[in-house]
Amino acid sequence: MAQNVDNIQDHATLFQQPEYQELFQNKREFEGLPPNEEVQKAADWTKTWEYREKNFAREALTVNPAKACQPLGAILAAVGFEGTLPFVHGSQGCVAYFRSHFTRHFKEPFSAVSSSMTEDAAVFGGLKNMIDGLANAYTLYNPKMIAVCTTCMAEVIGDDLGAFIGNSKNEGSIPQDFPVPFAHTPSFVGSHITGYDNMMKGILTNLTEGKKKETTNGKINFIPGFETYIGNLRELKRLTSLLGVDATVLADNEDYLDSPNDGEFKMYQGGTPLEAAADAINAEQTIALQAYSTTKTREYIENQWKQGTSVIRPWGIKGTDDFLVALSQATGNPIPPELEKERGRAVDAITDTQAWVHGKKAALYGDPDLVLGLLQFLLEIGVEPVHVLVSNSNPKFEQEAKALLESSPFGQEATVWGGKDLWHMRSLLFTEPVDFLIGNSYGKYLWRDTGTPLIRIGYPIFDRHHLHRYATIGYSGAINLLNWIANGILDELDRNTIVPSKTDISYDLIR
Amino acid sequence: MATVEDNKQLIQEVLETYPEKAQKKRKQHLNVYEEGKSDCGVKSNKKSLPGVMTTRGCAYAGSKGVVWGPVKDMVHISHGPVGCGYYSWSGRRNYYIGTTGIDTFGTMQFTSDFQERDIVFGGDKKLTKLIHEIEELFPLNNGISIQSECPIGLIGDDIEAVARKTSKEIGKTVVPVRCEGFRGVSQSLGHHIANDSIRDWVFDKADNEESDWESTPYDVAIIGDYNIGGDAWSSRILLEEMGLRVVAQWSGDGTLEEMKNTPKVKLNLVHCYRSMNYISRHMEEKYGVPWHEYNFFGPTKIAESLRAIAEFFDDTIKEGAERVIAKYKADAEAVIAKYRPRLEGKKVMMMVGGLRPRHVVPAFYDLGMEVIGTGYEFGHGDDYKRTTNYVEDATLIYDDVTGYEFEKFVEALKPDLVASGIKEKYVFQKMALPFRQMHSWDYSGPYHGYDGFAIFARDMDLALNSPTWDLIKAPWKK
Repeated sequence: MAQNVDNIQDHATLFQQPEYQELFQNKREFEGLPPNEEVQKAADWTKTWEYREKNFAREALTVNPAKACQPLGAILAAVGFEGTLPFVHGSQGCVAYFRSHFTRHFKEPFSAVSSSMTEDAAVFGGLKNMIDGLANAYTLYNPKMIAVCTTCMAEVIGDDLGAFIGNSKNEGSIPQDFPVPFAHTPSFVGSHITGYDNMMKGILTNLTEGKKKETTNGKINFIPGFETYIGNLRELKRLTSLLGVDATVLADNEDYLDSPNDGEFKMYQGGTPLEAAADAINAEQTIALQAYSTTKTREYIENQWKQGTSVIRPWGIKGTDDFLVALSQATGNPIPPELEKERGRAVDAITDTQAWVHGKKAALYGDPDLVLGLLQFLLEIGVEPVHVLVSNSNPKFEQEAKALLESSPFGQEATVWGGKDLWHMRSLLFTEPVDFLIGNSYGKYLWRDTGTPLIRIGYPIFDRHHLHRYATIGYSGAINLLNWIANGILDELDRNTIVPSKTDISYDLIR
Repeated sequence: MATVEDNKQLIQEVLETYPEKAQKKRKQHLNVYEEGKSDCGVKSNKKSLPGVMTTRGCAYAGSKGVVWGPVKDMVHISHGPVGCGYYSWSGRRNYYIGTTGIDTFGTMQFTSDFQERDIVFGGDKKLTKLIHEIEELFPLNNGISIQSECPIGLIGDDIEAVARKTSKEIGKTVVPVRCEGFRGVSQSLGHHIANDSIRDWVFDKADNEESDWESTPYDVAIIGDYNIGGDAWSSRILLEEMGLRVVAQWSGDGTLEEMKNTPKVKLNLVHCYRSMNYISRHMEEKYGVPWHEYNFFGPTKIAESLRAIAEFFDDTIKEGAERVIAKYKADAEAVIAKYRPRLEGKKVMMMVGGLRPRHVVPAFYDLGMEVIGTGYEFGHGDDYKRTTNYVEDATLIYDDVTGYEFEKFVEALKPDLVASGIKEKYVFQKMALPFRQMHSWDYSGPYHGYDGFAIFARDMDLALNSPTWDLIKAPWKK
């Protein structure tokens, strides 16, 4: 078959045609790949407990990790501030990767620059690159603030950002009073959530210095954390506004990551005004929606701003209840009837659906806070988490996750796998199968290999459109989560009951 | 169409915003092609300016992401911190046939996930251990490559020693690749380094090995096709139909065995000159294998290339080439008949990597479109020389164009379509401009060969003639 102009076939069907199938067969002669029987034998072996044990015994190798490196988180924090250009000090390839990664997930432009360090900088340090780079970025892209972070290259050679930025200002690259907050974000420490934390702390330190007043401004600060659901930023602002909270979101990257198409490209969209961010030091308190991407920031706020902080994850019904109660107590404002109605609707949705999810076994992976939020929700709808895997884990998270699981009869069978990767997950799914898997797009390889249906929740989601536009927090977020999970289960049921006169007895219209 | 003078003036205007030092440097990279000149008049392969939005990647991206990564039956270790491997994981759609995780590993991410202690104490021991773990858990791998990330070179790890040692221990090819991201000015040096590592660690060791098959006079290799969306397959099918035997594909859907056998072919067929000219030259010098650059974008160049390739062989192949051209003639004409009226006269601006800023131009011409600006992310002088054969008088040429320049050029020249990469896509779509990704074919493809040209034409049409562009302005704003 050559192409038919009225029905042009692309890769999805083109290569299924006989001439290409023959081509693939013929190519095997030259490939030197093992024979099919040997491949099948090895494949079957990877499904066994024996393989699982070998797999879990590895100490040096990481395969398909569910984590990225620090600067990715740092620049996500930075673009939530008004007119802010992220500047990554180091080799330029990193920034190309970060920009591509975010762009593929959000399907939005993502502007960030690098100091483009090469061999000479490796030998002599990157000061010159910083001086020239800040001058170029400032002149060309006209930002209100440049937020600088490092890569592993700059960290290994020991570049000192604070001194370099000072030198750049002295050289006249940028005005003395121009804000250039910075964070050291080595890629060999922590993960992208650590980078978010470091940059947030760096920016807040820079902006609030000397801004402490005698009295508070009556506001509450909210830190979303490494948040990739645009709907969550909207939901956060909606909830706080319904409760009459005077809120400052640190940082609000909603417009930046979901800008309208009106025929004009604007590099800087929305963001927390720098003045509002500077005044965050005078707020009543700070509430973080994630713990592990805000650890140092909260410590800093408590010690330096002398401000109370707390972490509340408004996931599921109880999580959202806690959040609203806390806000109501803080403001003295009652929870409005509108939200009570919303709560009722979400609970109604859950009770309508509970039979389809009750006792279903789940595996999940992702960032620590995402996983905790999901666990809260899964437990309250009667799902039984079995494999809980977090690559960028720490002992505190594991303790918190275990305590949460122990608090529910549905959490008793779960094991928390801290520091493990998706190749470990593959063994878990083969040896102890579950009904569904929750994770990001990389989970599709596990879906293929193990046949476990994948519910896409997390970051990145590259292969489905618009999921990131929804909310996962609040009562409306609970309905979205329920929708994805329950309908994922029902889709799978349909797939398993679709063969005429064989499995289609239960191919029901009404579920 | 803008004249040479108009475009020179435009360049001048755009440069004015830069600080003086930066302006001087960028001026050398922007020019206008003037008919009859032997190159495009721009400097290239120089350091990007710090602090500007360059689209360039790094040497690691060139080696792991382009040259080595698609070799499907080897495990490629992203050696160093977790990020580089993570971001380059499954990003390029290098299609392959195989059982992933068992005998092929193309869409997996293997990393040593460096921690602070590895930076302090060095990672060689960890690497050795990790290679043994790979061998135990993935026994059907046919070899391993070590792709160095920035810290490896900076802390002075001896990955070559590890490679030699572990190669003996596991009895397989282990290739150390010094592609740290800070080397060179872009991914381009990574291609070169990767080519050199094939020369030193694959060819030199394979010279005495026997292969299972017997040579024929018609053996060729496809070099520099990464099989994005299956490009190499829609190319291979034509070569085989004309009577050639393709014994190796580099590197999309390729294997280590195919690489090892390549020096035995009669002719190397090079598609991406930029990334693989080095190894092709080496095979010419050491093994006496000639190489030929071809272009399989659009029917004009495909036919021209098939005939030029056939010139290296006897009449059987020459007849084969004519037969293939004749076989697909009607299809290609049908595609042009359907799409040319919808695309005629539309103006395109491009900015891509390796070969595409020039090779795709004739495919646009086949559809009646004009290319008014083009440039390379990481081209060299020889790329800009070759480009003169493709572009017309007054075409704007921009090397390593910055985000700022690209936007200004597009605003001024108002193309109907921009064809570039993912980082540029949404910038221009927000300007209500149709856009196609020319690195990844916007998740479509293949674009190579006759089958690919039909998809290319369809995709340009769906981008340009989408009704969605008319929705952008609210009626009360029109």
